[in-house]
Amino acid sequence: MGALTERAAAGALSLEAEALELSTGIDRSSLADSTTHAGLPQAPAVRLTHVVKRYGAGPVVLEDISLDIAPGEFVCLLGASGCGKSTLLNLIAGLEPLTSGEITAPEGGAAVMFQESALMPWLTARRNVELALRLRGVPRGERRPEAERLLATVNLSEAADKRPHELSGGMRQRVALARALAQDRSVLLMDEPFAALDAITRDLLHEELERVWRATGRTIVFVTHNVREAARLGQRVVLLSSRPGRIAGEWRIRNTVGRRIESPEVAALAAEITAELRKEIARNAA
Amino acid sequence: MPLDVTERAPAADLDTLSAGLDRLQSDDVERRAPVRDALSKTLPPVVLLGALLVVWQLYIVIAEPRPDKAPSPGQVAAALGDAWASGRLQEAVATSLERGVIGFLIAIVVGTPLGLLLAEWKPLRRAAGPLISGLQVLPSVAWVPAAIIWFGLSDATVYFVILMGAIPSIVNGLLSGIDQVPPQLRRVGTVLGASRRQLATEVVLPASLPGYIAGLKQGWAFSWRSLMAAEIIATGGSIGFGLGSMLDQSRELADLAAVLGTIILILAIGILIELVVFGPLERRMLRSRGLLLGGAR
Repeated sequence: MGALTERAAAGALSLEAEALELSTGIDRSSLADSTTHAGLPQAPAVRLTHVVKRYGAGPVVLEDISLDIAPGEFVCLLGASGCGKSTLLNLIAGLEPLTSGEITAPEGGAAVMFQESALMPWLTARRNVELALRLRGVPRGERRPEAERLLATVNLSEAADKRPHELSGGMRQRVALARALAQDRSVLLMDEPFAALDAITRDLLHEELERVWRATGRTIVFVTHNVREAARLGQRVVLLSSRPGRIAGEWRIRNTVGRRIESPEVAALAAEITAELRKEIARNAA
Repeated sequence: MPLDVTERAPAADLDTLSAGLDRLQSDDVERRAPVRDALSKTLPPVVLLGALLVVWQLYIVIAEPRPDKAPSPGQVAAALGDAWASGRLQEAVATSLERGVIGFLIAIVVGTPLGLLLAEWKPLRRAAGPLISGLQVLPSVAWVPAAIIWFGLSDATVYFVILMGAIPSIVNGLLSGIDQVPPQLRRVGTVLGASRRQLATEVVLPASLPGYIAGLKQGWAFSWRSLMAAEIIATGGSIGFGLGSMLDQSRELADLAAVLGTIILILAIGILIELVVFGPLERRMLRSRGLLLGGAR
């Protein structure tokens, strides 16, 4: 607990310090170097090599996806509807088998958060987190304090004894985030977790998520169809084309500190990505 | 507030902001005064009951029908009083309730694993599903003649008819409860690392509780109905004296006041069980899941 808040506090400080600095470097990486990132000392947290996915004899959903995700990296997978981005996430999570290729993910799998909070409606917020701890094998005596610590991480200490229906959509997603953190996996996969929320709540949750990411050092793969959201959150944005899903572009954001949804650099990056996304969508009309 | 302040709010403010938004978005449930609440729930049915009795009594007074075809409320109450004084009423209620409850409990013990088995094992479900649905529609009284031939005039006949009425309801309730478990809850269970057994006990069973309780409630109704039918048809032998037997006995004596009194008694027991057992059980479960809206029930 102590170490976690310290790191959070450090993150907050540096955030304030660099808030004045508006220069955000945007890198346009080419497709070719998506598998070989220079300057990555560690082995990737998640590695996808030539991943192909099709359902039965149906059309190819994902075609030759190769992607390395570094430990602690925040990657946004962006694409229009039907590009197979959720499928890709399910493949990484091990929820679906892949047709060919290879995925290396950490031992024991990844934590996953869905668009619906999917909390157990009969359990209170704390019991929902405790369920994850129990299924992870945490001894009974340690579950309650650990669940309370995790709920505090997402600012929900006061709502611990409420049931999901008594919570707002944003609060439910934060409980789901606390539950995902309870899994204690280094990789957190998020499937459009904020898509169903209103803009104000989403904006605040972006900040909460960024804070949790900086505090916990998790590797996050965040799927979204919201260009601004991707530009706001990611250290790297990966654009997927539709039918079949291929990697159509990649953007790296050098300075991610102090970004806001309304920041000019986020708007600029979003405009650039949107132009590329529209090209990809227009190709489907032909 | 100046624009740049909101745009570059320090991170420390995030807690305040999100606490404020939480407060805005979650409205505290308004609790009404308990006495007024209880009164607003009990008063309407009591008033209706009183009104029905008044209409009944007025009909007797104004139309003056033959007493043997239309007894007054007082005569019905007197018939019930007689039955109470002779001890037949207590015996009948005790016998019927005992059979109903025991039969229902056996139906739960048999129906629950059967429902789980059908839900988990798809080929069996496909094979036996239509049969179970059909059995639910078949009036279980239809089994009485067969049961009498198999088991004679014994308690086994009564229990057999109860089980044939209640088990399909319980099985179907559990099945529909399990079918309605949102797939994302199973997915979450898998993601959280639940084993197959844990998935069943920690996720699927609790999630299917609303359907299961609805099935139990219907199962009880079917038990009670089947029991009454069986007791009316099958009398004598080693079959004890239940409410159905009392009803049939009063019919033989052409004692309409006693017949009506017994019907009211059977109805009252049904209402009582609903009010005391299933009503609170269902309300508590639905309220804890946020499925109960308003104070209509």
